Amino acid sequence: MAEIHLTINGQSHTLDAPPMARLLDVLRHDLGLTGTKEGCGEGECGACSVILDGVLVNSCLVPILQANGATICTIEGVAQDGQLHPVQQSFLKHGGAQCGICTPGMTLAALQILEKNPHPSLDEIKEGLSGNLCRCTGYQKIFEAVHKTYAETAK
Amino acid sequence: MRANPADYELKSPGTLNGVLSLLAEAPGQWTPIAGGTEIMVQFGTGRMTQRQFVNIFGLPELTAISITPESIRIGAGVTYTAIRNHAEIGEALPLLAKAASWTGSLANQNRGTLGGNIVNGSPAADSPPALLVYEATVDLISVRGTRSIPYAGFHTGYKKSALAPDELVLAITILRPAAGLRQYLRKVGTRNAMAISKVALAGVATLDGETLRNPRVAIASVYHSPYRCLKTEALLADATVSPKLIAEARAALIAEIAPLDDIRSTARYRTQVSANLLEEFLLSLRSNAEESAS
Ligand SMILES: Cc1cc2nc3c(=O)[nH]c(=O)nc-3n(C[C@H](O)[C@H](O)[C@H](O)COP(=O)(O)OP(=O)(O)OC[C@H]3O[C@@H](n4cnc5c(N)ncnc54)[C@H](O)[C@@H]3O)c2cc1C
Ligand code: FES
Ligand code: FES
Repeated sequence: MAEIHLTINGQSHTLDAPPMARLLDVLRHDLGLTGTKEGCGEGECGACSVILDGVLVNSCLVPILQANGATICTIEGVAQDGQLHPVQQSFLKHGGAQCGICTPGMTLAALQILEKNPHPSLDEIKEGLSGNLCRCTGYQKIFEAVHKTYAETAK
Repeated sequence: MRANPADYELKSPGTLNGVLSLLAEAPGQWTPIAGGTEIMVQFGTGRMTQRQFVNIFGLPELTAISITPESIRIGAGVTYTAIRNHAEIGEALPLLAKAASWTGSLANQNRGTLGGNIVNGSPAADSPPALLVYEATVDLISVRGTRSIPYAGFHTGYKKSALAPDELVLAITILRPAAGLRQYLRKVGTRNAMAISKVALAGVATLDGETLRNPRVAIASVYHSPYRCLKTEALLADATVSPKLIAEARAALIAEIAPLDDIRSTARYRTQVSANLLEEFLLSLRSNAEESAS
């Protein structure tokens, strides 16, 4: 076992875990943050995406010891004070979420795109979401939601 | 069966010397883990036979990029994202920057490292054809010291390499390409971002008037490891691009790689695609365009 320190969505946590435990399992099972989903467990689907020290990672591929001391943002940290983030509102408005399994990962991947460029091109959106699979929406509504996130709040 | 993490060990000494000492204590017992994008996939599915890992992700000695007038040295632990974000790599070594942009999703590129890609040794990996045509050198380090070998001699068989059990890959060094070097890299695969490449061909050459100097060609997925096409290069050296040369070069390439072909996709298909890519590379040399092809 290893003693692990994490700052998740602004809150600090200390816990004991086997050092090879996946960050995904620590989030879901040890910390009850079940917004982070498991799809493939192999780095292919992006359902487990979180932002680790500022960059998007697949939490199924990060052993917890490699995250020791890190600052992490999960889907639970995206809405602030009960207010959905503009990208979440845009997903709702444009039908970017259906069954919802891909949505937490999509949202975090979308946030990374928008952080770099609040008005991303379709190519930037496609590249930024290329590691996030969705079986329901056919992607067009997701692309639209990301594209229009700040276009519409500006109005 | 899903792996039980409690059955595995992972240490994080935090310094290069600490890692090297651990590797030296019992060579072969500890497996380095960098970005984990190969290791954690195997671990997750319970196929991982190794039990003891040592963390090397983010070690400063492994994540440095040093630029001199002569060369570009990229630490083995540099991620694809760092390669893509580095303006000078993009300018001098566009094929490497392009391969980095192909290596899975952005999340994968944020963790996956160049060192992990070459040590993993997949014949279909994206960076090796570029490293071969750039004639990269690999620096290896252990408590015994450092040594450098040509990347072309790194792979000794399918998933076998010249790396000793107590060694780490420290860095990959590439001499700055001559001004005007024409550079080409293209991959033909089922899904650009995610699928392991089916065929990829890298080519470079300098043009002396119409004459090809120092042509170098390398291909992924046709041999037990990434393959440099020395016979095809010999045919191209000091030749002039013409329809006749293209036909001869296609035939030479097919003769050179056909017997090597194994695994994935059918041999015939891959050989034809390789010849088409070679042709495209040669045609790109004829165009007067200043910037490198594709
Ligand atoms: C979804 C997905 C998509 C992918 N797509 C591609 C793709 O398109 N193209 C492609 O080429 N690859 C692809 N990969 C494979 C992988 O991302 C790359 O091979 C990556 O470069 C591996 O680096 P890593 O640091 O994550 O390796 P790790 O998993 O950390 O290590 C891999 C191997 O290298 C060894 N190792 C790592 N660093 C060193 C070092 N410095 N010295 C000695 N040994 C070392 C480890 O012991 C291990 O044996 C993909 C992987 C995933 C999960
Ligand atoms: S569960 Fe991690 S990428 Fe699919
Ligand atoms: S909404 Fe169901 S997988 Fe995307």
